[in-house]
Amino acid sequence: MSANFETANTARYAIGIDLGTTHSALSYVDLQASDGEKADQGVLPIPQLSGPGTVEALPLLPSFMYLPHPDELAQGELALPWTDGQAAPVVGEMARSRGAGTPIRLVSSAKSWLSHPGVDRRAAILPSDAPEEVDRVSPLAASTRYLEHIRNAWNAAHPEAPFDQQAVTVTIPASFDPVARELTAEAARDAGYHAPTLLEEPQAALYSWIQGSEGRWRKQVKAGDIVLVVDVGGGTSDFSLIAILEREGNLEPHRVAVGDHILLGGDNMDLALAHLVARKLQANGTQLDAWQMRALTYACRGAKEHLLADANATTWPIVVPSRGSKLIGGSIRTELTRDEVTAFITDGFFPRVEASARPAVRTRAGLTQLGLPYAQDAAVTRHLAAFLARQAGATAELEGFSGNVNPEHSFLHPTAVLFNGGVFKSDILARRVMDTINDWLYMEGSEPARMLEGADLDLAVARGAAYYGYARRGGGVRIRGGTARSYYVGVESSMPAIPGMEPPITALCVAPFGMEEGSELELPGQEFGLVVGEPVHFRFFGSTVRRQDRIGEVLEFWGPDELQELNEIQAELPFDARTPGDVVQVKLHALATEAGTLELIAVSREGQRWKVEFDVRATEQQ
Amino acid sequence: MSQPTDLPSFWSRLSLAFGAFFKTLGDAEFAARVRDDQIGPIAAPVAAPAPAPAPTPAPTPAPTAAPLRVATPDAALQLLSLLQREARLIDFANENITVYSDADIGAAARVVHEGCARVLREHFTIEPVRAELEGARLTLPEGFDAASVRLTGNVVGKAPFTGTLSHRGWRASKVSLPQLADKHDASIIAPAEVEL
Repeated sequence: MSANFETANTARYAIGIDLGTTHSALSYVDLQASDGEKADQGVLPIPQLSGPGTVEALPLLPSFMYLPHPDELAQGELALPWTDGQAAPVVGEMARSRGAGTPIRLVSSAKSWLSHPGVDRRAAILPSDAPEEVDRVSPLAASTRYLEHIRNAWNAAHPEAPFDQQAVTVTIPASFDPVARELTAEAARDAGYHAPTLLEEPQAALYSWIQGSEGRWRKQVKAGDIVLVVDVGGGTSDFSLIAILEREGNLEPHRVAVGDHILLGGDNMDLALAHLVARKLQANGTQLDAWQMRALTYACRGAKEHLLADANATTWPIVVPSRGSKLIGGSIRTELTRDEVTAFITDGFFPRVEASARPAVRTRAGLTQLGLPYAQDAAVTRHLAAFLARQAGATAELEGFSGNVNPEHSFLHPTAVLFNGGVFKSDILARRVMDTINDWLYMEGSEPARMLEGADLDLAVARGAAYYGYARRGGGVRIRGGTARSYYVGVESSMPAIPGMEPPITALCVAPFGMEEGSELELPGQEFGLVVGEPVHFRFFGSTVRRQDRIGEVLEFWGPDELQELNEIQAELPFDARTPGDVVQVKLHALATEAGTLELIAVSREGQRWKVEFDVRATEQQ
Repeated sequence: MSQPTDLPSFWSRLSLAFGAFFKTLGDAEFAARVRDDQIGPIAAPVAAPAPAPAPTPAPTPAPTAAPLRVATPDAALQLLSLLQREARLIDFANENITVYSDADIGAAARVVHEGCARVLREHFTIEPVRAELEGARLTLPEGFDAASVRLTGNVVGKAPFTGTLSHRGWRASKVSLPQLADKHDASIIAPAEVEL
């Protein structure tokens, strides 16, 4: 890609942006001051409104956007250092604190909405419970605003090194499907990013750990290790498996598997505790309003952090401040006990379960409300057990590992664990996960896994992303692995129709597992006749476990968990090329872009190329 | 705490500290006395920031951009606004505490303490003036900085002076108050809230 080479030559900094569900951050590596594994790195304080007319530079930008009423705030109160006195979109700290009082105008969790296959991600749907008169924004637009804000903050701080000329990496959950990846890249481009690269967050966490170890990582992991990255953020849980290979005497990490998209994170835990305390208060005759409930959630987070950090503390007081000016008379005092935190957080979210445990799935009621598809089982350890079991054969094809795969193992045995996310600031929780995994390993006769020490839990993703930008330029270790899924289009098989039954479909592999960035593959043999001006839709599937399928392979049968249906794809040949109604024979190409997205391209016999688009609107679930 | 019994209790000191804090803010002459005589309330944790920004409104070192003015006379109001927002300090100080039990006051004091600590942590870098432990013997050489070390008791003779460190002192090595928009009215410490 010419754009990448352009920035490669002029970039002074490698910038990493963690676009999080609840917080975003920017880290950077000074390319000129870095050499080998010694990278000169910093975190940019992001100026943002902390209240009307007040601007503060904070290390994190809360990923919230507030849509004020026209009479609510004076124009001059919303200026940022780079807007020349004009009102800017309200994002960051003030959006979060204002929104606590007026949730109907608060856009939150835009990232989760951006990856929600059941809604049109380009439609103005947020906040989802806003009244008619509020001008809503789309998940794509909200993400664009956050990225734009970060870009402007950089330009204000570094006028000598414009953002557009730097090497920019934006992180995404490893579980993001091609549509969510494409939309994130689109949001970055809309925000004026020149040629952004996407990086999976668990990989970023490992990069940060490698960089933080200053070369000592080679002593902490060895060839043959399988590192499990457990990343529990504010809103999502994300797992990845990274195998350590040895090639020509060098250690080379290979990402071999990624988990499903699980909407479950630290915020759910705070909320669970807040509801528990609210019920206690209610039993004593104290009813909390919505404002107090949010103050309580905030207080519960503090109490949880204290109780989970200090194993000797038995209770922690909680005070919900009064809303009025009578602070002493109006505040509500209660406490959170260790037993409650243990029951609700340690045992509720991280229960010690068997390796054979699986997340409970309730069948959804016929009419589900339009909302985020939160995980139905709160137990992170059960999701983890399911992930490791599904990936039991993940290393079977990997050089140097094939001999280690034991068919009697019911799940993939990791040898090391790296934690990421603020939740694991608590030793108790990290230990609980380690103990649970080690129990599983013990039951199958394996050595316990070790915990990789020294991770920076809050800023690792942004830091790792910046380091990746540096590593791409040849400065450090790179994680290999390519795409983490294989992809298929649904083809109706030629069978006589049976009343009341859908014609069975077969799955045609159009992009195999592990495509390296920048590689392009042609679907052999198959040609499709596309009618100019008439869009053709295909059902589209992805698999995180079918590593061996080659491009062009046709699957007649597959296991219930093997293939997941994604949003449809749509091929349409524009009028400008041909006469409407003409039939053009095309071949399908799969391209794993340098930017980290997957593209499907229809290529005519004459070599004309048209991009096959992902359908970002709601798929009708049959 | 090994305090003699005739000294004021914690709650009296808290209220004294707030009194002195607001007097320093509101009364220039009193502030000048605090500056010159060091009769300032230094011990109470919540009032600690008062002597730093209020008597000598230090120019904010933050980078300035066209539409944002450097916070100078507004700095004290800004600090009050932060302490009210994060710690409910004005609500607390304006309440008549005599009618409440220590348990009630203690519950509210948690909000105040936590919030004040957050404001101090996020907007100031505060470190002790002297690194020695309190109670340690130390010698002040000739030409010591009289502004950062205050001599008490038997102050006679010439430097070097040898004495016991009774308070380590506090120095704000960094102040970072938020920048203000041009039209922002800093005198509104906390806006009234109306729920619709």
